Amino acid sequence: MTVHTTSPQFKENAHEALRDAPLQKALNNMRSGFIERRALAAAELPEFERLRDSARDIKKHTLQHLDLYLEAYEKKVKAAGGYVQFCRTPAEANAAVLSICKARGARIVTKGKSMISEEMGLNEALIAQGITPVETDLGEYIIQLRGEIPSHIIAPAVHLNKEQVEADFRRVHTHLPKDRVLTEPTQLLTEARAVLRERFLAADVGITGANFLIAETGTSIIVTNEGNGDLTQTLPKVHIVLASLEKLVPTLEDVSQLLRVLARSATGQDMSVYTTFSTGPRRPGDVDGPEEYHVILLDNGRSAMLGGEFEDMLRCIRCGACMNHCPVYHAVGGHAYGWVYPGPMGAVLTPSLIGVDKAGHLPNASTFCGRCEAVCPVRIPLPKMMRHWREREFARHLTPAAFRSGLRLWAFFAKRPALYKFATRIGMGVLGLAGKRSGRFKSLPLAGGWTDFRDMPAPQGRTFQARWAKEKRAR
Amino acid sequence: MTAPRDDILANIRRSLGVSGAEAPRRANVATRLENAPRGLIPARGQLGPAARVAMFKEQAKRAQASVTQVARPQDVPAEIARFLRDRNLPATVRIGADARLTAMPWSETALEVSAGRSDGGDPNAVSHAFGGVAESGTLALVSGPDNPTTLNFLPDNHIVIVSAVDVAGDYETIWQRLREQTGKGAMPRTVNLITGPSRSADIEQTLLLGAHGPRTLHIIIVGEPQPSGG
Repeated sequence: MTVHTTSPQFKENAHEALRDAPLQKALNNMRSGFIERRALAAAELPEFERLRDSARDIKKHTLQHLDLYLEAYEKKVKAAGGYVQFCRTPAEANAAVLSICKARGARIVTKGKSMISEEMGLNEALIAQGITPVETDLGEYIIQLRGEIPSHIIAPAVHLNKEQVEADFRRVHTHLPKDRVLTEPTQLLTEARAVLRERFLAADVGITGANFLIAETGTSIIVTNEGNGDLTQTLPKVHIVLASLEKLVPTLEDVSQLLRVLARSATGQDMSVYTTFSTGPRRPGDVDGPEEYHVILLDNGRSAMLGGEFEDMLRCIRCGACMNHCPVYHAVGGHAYGWVYPGPMGAVLTPSLIGVDKAGHLPNASTFCGRCEAVCPVRIPLPKMMRHWREREFARHLTPAAFRSGLRLWAFFAKRPALYKFATRIGMGVLGLAGKRSGRFKSLPLAGGWTDFRDMPAPQGRTFQARWAKEKRAR
Repeated sequence: MTAPRDDILANIRRSLGVSGAEAPRRANVATRLENAPRGLIPARGQLGPAARVAMFKEQAKRAQASVTQVARPQDVPAEIARFLRDRNLPATVRIGADARLTAMPWSETALEVSAGRSDGGDPNAVSHAFGGVAESGTLALVSGPDNPTTLNFLPDNHIVIVSAVDVAGDYETIWQRLREQTGKGAMPRTVNLITGPSRSADIEQTLLLGAHGPRTLHIIIVGEPQPSGG
């Protein structure tokens, strides 16, 4: 794996994140907006829930026939004059990109937003060969200046405040007047637009991701709001598309169903501003567009996920709704997850791609509140799959000894219902009495991990089981 | 060592427990690609011609585009001149080779018209859309010498002409019309679906217009939709 991961240190990362004041300020900014906008967009379209079913079914069907759709897709790309390269690993994909760049003597490469590129660690690979990669999505550009990875799959710089962006622009854009005013987001945007416009025009190769690939026509699709992806792929002589296998959909009709849930789930827009369908290179008579069109198709562990308990994860269309609605993501942000994909989708995907030994903490970073599954446009059962990972982690003895003995103790009681009822009644009674005055505990023995950051409410009334039995009798 | 392509396809087949030769699976795929079944189409855009154009206008405005309507193609240059004058923009436009645009009476206005792709120096561009989609206020533009793709992204102000008769209720109707031109299974080099002007919310979730693409999108609907079916 070329990308450095701090996923094994998730707990330390999370602790640091909770104490990081600027990060907490930035996260505070994002907690409500995404949720409100998605809810509004969904409510305005009466067919939204049925479109989610349709989107799920299209993805399921495609995954079940993925080998055949890939063959059909490849044939169509070639027929349109493009090239397709299958790559098993990030190293193979990086080598493929480098060889295309070298053949063209490329020195500057502009890049549209691509999570696959992050997975590959492509920027490092390009720099090592003396090629300058320039991220052109505003958020990606900012984090590239900072040497960071995205903290969110559709809002890569969501963890930053404008003052931090201003400091970075002043540090890097040294050719601009020192006394310029950069306090408002609009001034920052204007400056980035001007700086990047020069880069767009100077680039030798443009690299984009793909939201979807269409088997019927051999088309790749990018969805953006800024237009950076379009300038990236239209102006240079070579366009390289980075995509993973599961981006395939059968037809234009199928992709239209998915587009109707994508932007609504992501940003609450009916449609993103630019949805661009690209098929092959420049045609006879064309006065613009790339002369070469290459697709790099990355597997990186996905073919092994098919047919197993994590297959559903391959339906993901990368809208970000799961992290936008996740209380754990809201608390610690995306960087704590330690690799390319944060939030609930990352908690499921990361162990599949880099191993549960490295990313075992991530599926544990969930309250199982179920909001991620409730908003997922392709209805991925994220909590269920996090549970699968926890079971695997336990079975492989990767969980710490204290945790395992705690679980064993709990299991001892859980297997003896009478004893369990008795013990919980005593435990609740004691805690209830001890916390009667304030109604909460500021600290508790063995529970510092909880009480360091919030109070533990004191239990009130009777146990859940007692209430359940009572209400059942009352019916 | 096997080639990556064959290796990946073999892995997929092993995971799915198939050989790739199964006739029912192959038939499933061939049928779906051939028939391209329509999924669920939202009722929102399924309207008669006049209401459809009205919805297109409303939705495009919600996406921060400005929209006007003129009766005939020959009214377009004057409308563009007015738009640029009202906004204090330079009286120059860049256009492609689209005959619907080149046939317009530009000389009746004070506009300076140049033709071809953009190299980034043009303040304003005019394109003719292939169609519009009412359900989301989206324009569909097709690449080629008639309407070069660079005109959609480099100029600060993008003016797009769309015929009222080409405003469809949904994306699927656009795909059907495209297939009639290019043949089933083929696509133009680029199809741009454009919904409003360029924007970004990457700095503190503050929505700002004019990120990398046009800062303004002005849509001119030409003519009336055919009076049929309500």
